[in-house]
Amino acid sequence: MTIKTFLTGATLAAGLATGAAAQDDPTTVGFVYVGPVGDGGWTYEHNQGRLAVEEHFGDAVETVFVESVPEGADAVRVMTQMALQGADLIFTTSFGYMDQTIEVASQFPDVKFEHATGYKRADNVSTYSARFYEGRAVQGHIAGQMTESNIIGYIASYPIPEVIRGINAAYLHAAEVNPDVEFRIVWAYTWFDPAKEAEAANVLIEQGADVILQHTDSTAPQAAAQAAGDVVTFGQASDMYEFAPFPRVSSIIDDWAPYYIDRVQAVIDGTWESTDTWDGIGPGMVAIGEITDAVPAEIKASAEDMIERLRTGEYHAFTGPINRQDGSVWLAEGETADDGTLLGMDFYVEGIDAEIPQ
Amino acid sequence: MMDLSSINPILLVASLMVAATPILLAAIGELVVERSGVLNLGVEGMMITGAVCGFVVAVNSGSPWLGFIGAAVGGALLSLVFGVLTQFFLSNQVATGLALTLFGLGLSALIGQGYIGIKAPAFPDWDIPILGDIPIIGPIVFQHDPMVYVGLLIVAGVWAFLTYSRAGLILRAVGENHEAAHALGYHVMRVRMLAIMFGGACAGLGGAYLSLVRVPQWTEGMTAGAGWIALAIVVFASWRPWRLLLGAYLFGGVTVLQLNLQAAGAAIAVEYLSMAPYLATIAVLVIMRAGRAPGSLGQSFHASR
Repeated sequence: MTIKTFLTGATLAAGLATGAAAQDDPTTVGFVYVGPVGDGGWTYEHNQGRLAVEEHFGDAVETVFVESVPEGADAVRVMTQMALQGADLIFTTSFGYMDQTIEVASQFPDVKFEHATGYKRADNVSTYSARFYEGRAVQGHIAGQMTESNIIGYIASYPIPEVIRGINAAYLHAAEVNPDVEFRIVWAYTWFDPAKEAEAANVLIEQGADVILQHTDSTAPQAAAQAAGDVVTFGQASDMYEFAPFPRVSSIIDDWAPYYIDRVQAVIDGTWESTDTWDGIGPGMVAIGEITDAVPAEIKASAEDMIERLRTGEYHAFTGPINRQDGSVWLAEGETADDGTLLGMDFYVEGIDAEIPQ
Repeated sequence: MMDLSSINPILLVASLMVAATPILLAAIGELVVERSGVLNLGVEGMMITGAVCGFVVAVNSGSPWLGFIGAAVGGALLSLVFGVLTQFFLSNQVATGLALTLFGLGLSALIGQGYIGIKAPAFPDWDIPILGDIPIIGPIVFQHDPMVYVGLLIVAGVWAFLTYSRAGLILRAVGENHEAAHALGYHVMRVRMLAIMFGGACAGLGGAYLSLVRVPQWTEGMTAGAGWIALAIVVFASWRPWRLLLGAYLFGGVTVLQLNLQAAGAAIAVEYLSMAPYLATIAVLVIMRAGRAPGSLGQSFHASR
């Protein structure tokens, strides 16, 4: 991987030599991806956003991307090369690029950076993320009613606030419709490893789970559920519609295209500023994939009602009363969570019988 | 809290055989390559190439068996690139092997375009009659897909070949001291080329096991480092086939066990569970460590020197 990235860097550097002459014509936009564009999930959707940018701006914008960039020192090299190559705007699309993005951005004050799902900003670094937890709430609502064993398996990636938020949102809404529901959580410590994800799914199924929620990027858990025959899944990051109508009964889809087009336009217009964007179902950054007919009509109707209330803002996915896992009060009756707590969420809500890895 | 009763030990042991098979296949091939004195670090690249070749052939022919054959051929062809470069052009084996991995990752992504999201033809488990019905042992040992047994057969075959056959002795002689083997009239390059292709074919099978059985679908980069683990297991197994089997099963077993413990809510920190497969495999194989590396491992050979 290291060498691959190095060679990619070398290719980019070669591009610099030839591309320097035409520097001020098109706006160059770089994308750093954590997985391959063919993962069918997270990176795939970011790449769809990139393609939408290309289509929208035509010759006015040129895009470059590097895929499967490890989180860590390699990311610094890739971003530095992109900046040297003349990129005007660089999207770094994984939480683990946070410190690297800030580091490289400080060396290239004229280049704009956009870091996905992080919380560190600078004058030339914006952050953006989607309120995936709204989608998780809908998943929990459906999952809690679909499970017959009352055991829901959850394939988690890394113990970071975004993932913990998703677990809490899904659990709260599953427990709301089914008080007997139990969550079994497996930490895979990877965003993308199909074999490991398949193994995790199989283990959860063996232990009685008949609904699998995943916060990893490949479609392997969907295939494992399909092989098991009677296990419900949800598409993650991408629609994963090839597994519909069953096991995949719905999905959370990340739609980055409108945001990417907006931000590129801002760079072209010279109006780009460091911002913090956190959009949900309302502005369309989070979409809920079609709920298939494998879900009984009344469950589907109540889920669609919930989507609508989340969309209009009438309902917040974290609305009290909610207690922390230790029983202390987090949100009083009717109170809704503030973004600060959500962004730094490091605790489970009451009822989840597990511990967060430290 | 912890609910260990939800872990079914029979399913656990059964799934470790499946989890270990891709690594086992790739590692046993590399073992033969290294015993012939060649260090091919391109296992990951050959695995992923095998994964995509096997998937493409299986989807187009509808036969997983043809898929596995295609994977072996694909892996062997890719290893041929390595063989020609290192044996005929005497390129550095470490650098060439690393390049092979990069090349394999890129090539597989190219071949695999258009195969993302497609389902592989089913590869049913073998329910071996009578044996499969034995309580406890039956479901653990005798109810897997055929490739699990193919993997075991290859290990046994490699062991018998290296230990008892004349050809195996020659291969080991070439690996231990290529000058002496050459002086005795053995064709060092031919032996090594054959070993390299065998290694490529096995790595291809291991990759195809992921894309056709374990996952089963094609995704770019899906081997996710399995080839590197296979390489490490060869070294820690002291280049011995049965130790290698132990290492691969141990790694697969602890991987499955730690996921089971997590799902059951074991009161052990997840970080420790996640490292457990690596630590356990290294610890056991180092403690048992007996052999040393083949004498000519990684060195180029030319008859004039």
